[in-house]
Amino acid sequence: MRFLLKRMAGATVVLVIVAVLVFLLTRLASGDPMALLLGDQATAVDIAKARTQYGLDKPLPAQFALWVGELLQGNLGQSIFLQRPVAQALLERAEPTLFLALFAVAIAALIGVPCGMAAAIWRGSAADQALSGLAMLGASIPSFWMGLILIQFFAVHLGWFPASGYGDPGMGLGQRLYHLALPAMVLGLLNSALIIRFTRASMLDILGEDFVRTARAKGLPERVVMVNHVLRNALVPIITVLGLTTALMIGGTVVTETVFNLPGVGNLVVRAVLRRDYPVIQGTLLVIAGIYVFINLVIDLLYTLVDPRIRLESS
Amino acid sequence: MKFLATFFSQRSAPLALLLGKLFARKVVLAAALVLALVVCVATFVPWLSEADPNSIMVTERLFAPSWVHWAGTDELGRDVLLRIVHGARYSLLIGFVTAAGAVVLGTLMGVLAGFFRRLDAPLMRLVDAMMSFPDILLGIALVSILGVSLWNVMLALVIVYTPRVARVVRAATLVLRELLFVDAARALGVRTPRILWSHILPNLMSPILVQVTFIFAYAILAEAGLSFLGVGVPPDVPTWGTMIAGSLEYSDRAFWTILFPGLAIVLTAVSLQLLGDGVRDLLDPKLKKAV
Repeated sequence: MRFLLKRMAGATVVLVIVAVLVFLLTRLASGDPMALLLGDQATAVDIAKARTQYGLDKPLPAQFALWVGELLQGNLGQSIFLQRPVAQALLERAEPTLFLALFAVAIAALIGVPCGMAAAIWRGSAADQALSGLAMLGASIPSFWMGLILIQFFAVHLGWFPASGYGDPGMGLGQRLYHLALPAMVLGLLNSALIIRFTRASMLDILGEDFVRTARAKGLPERVVMVNHVLRNALVPIITVLGLTTALMIGGTVVTETVFNLPGVGNLVVRAVLRRDYPVIQGTLLVIAGIYVFINLVIDLLYTLVDPRIRLESS
Repeated sequence: MKFLATFFSQRSAPLALLLGKLFARKVVLAAALVLALVVCVATFVPWLSEADPNSIMVTERLFAPSWVHWAGTDELGRDVLLRIVHGARYSLLIGFVTAAGAVVLGTLMGVLAGFFRRLDAPLMRLVDAMMSFPDILLGIALVSILGVSLWNVMLALVIVYTPRVARVVRAATLVLRELLFVDAARALGVRTPRILWSHILPNLMSPILVQVTFIFAYAILAEAGLSFLGVGVPPDVPTWGTMIAGSLEYSDRAFWTILFPGLAIVLTAVSLQLLGDGVRDLLDPKLKKAV
């Protein structure tokens, strides 16, 4: 229980720092968003009026207090350009991003876990080296470049998949996923690199344990040792990294969504950045960082449930 | 320089032997040779040749690769290969400055957090907070605030990657702090700054070196991503990222304008990471776990 409270307190502190950073980040920016919003025709008086309306004329600490007060009531502010609350804009854009991230994690796991296991089991073999090499290659390819190449090959050349977009509104889930196939492949393939490395490392850790030697010594078939003893124990860290990958992927979709012109959160934030729509940038950064912190916390708590040793160590 | 001397004198093997061990793996040797080639081409070709990477030839727009233009020409008739060579200078500059900046700041933060108990929690919570933003998202937010320019991209990337280094260096410092030679130095009356400088820092060199190679690679990739999104380096500076971003519209008709700069990025990034992996394998076994 003490461990639980300590972890939650830590996560809260991190969230507060995140909020301060997000706030400072957008307020230190140059360029007046009000001048941008009102256009060339606006007079100085108009701009001053708009600044008062959005609370931009108050001193920074006051602005921060105002902002946090609204946040605690679930209000992320009003987009300057979209004429709607930031929370609403985010919700409208959440679906493609969420589906894309989950789809991509599924692909990454389906490739990464078996490959990582194979690399660990046949450690030092040609297969292991080839897989490690592939993993490194995956970490060296720019996602947008790979997206462009896949579009060129699978969409333009072969015509198997749509090159961009998320289909017409009202289409079924199948059609949606079909539109997400190429972007999910990009993110999944590139992120499987991390999963391969991680699976291999945690399998190797477990392979060195005494109980594996014992299992072998008592004559269990190698297959049983691998599945029941090694994989089961290695699964905890592997699930952790899958969780973290999901969290990271939600932010990692920014570039991919732009390449494939998907109407997701990434697309929203890129446009907001280009137009200096501060409330949208703030809201998105905050929500994504919040999700990351939350997933991290959940993983830590799950860990203690699965493995009581961790609870004992920290108290 | 005294640093490097201490670093190498503390290893039982002299430098030559160490390098021999590093390059015993053929992949690592190949990676080092590729990087050396990239650096040489980037340094010497623009210096030896008068050809201007921005010279526009309207009559030679979007030529496919041929004997005259090995990698074809882009939408303004500029030679793609020549621009890749010139772009290498900027991409390497961005990678190097980012890696150097992040390593200096991150090492400072990491050593302070790892060595002084009191600073550990506040510094590490700050690092946790910064690392809860996805790299590219933090990058575009920072560049949009700082303004689009070569130096601002590097500054933004330094901010993005500093927490990574801080985490690694802190973990290594925590291990080093408990080792006997630090106790011995303190028992002899050596002052804390000197312990940090001459006992802790030289032993951090290997993990730091590994981080340099990885961040170098990540920075080249991140610059390309930022330029693609329109919040990177200004389009007239030929980096590998701006080359791809600039030719996007023509990717259907002239795929080579996108393919070759991308291959340059992949080749360089893979080589850097292979080299980093090689250095990691040579690490001091005491630190291996922490890193």
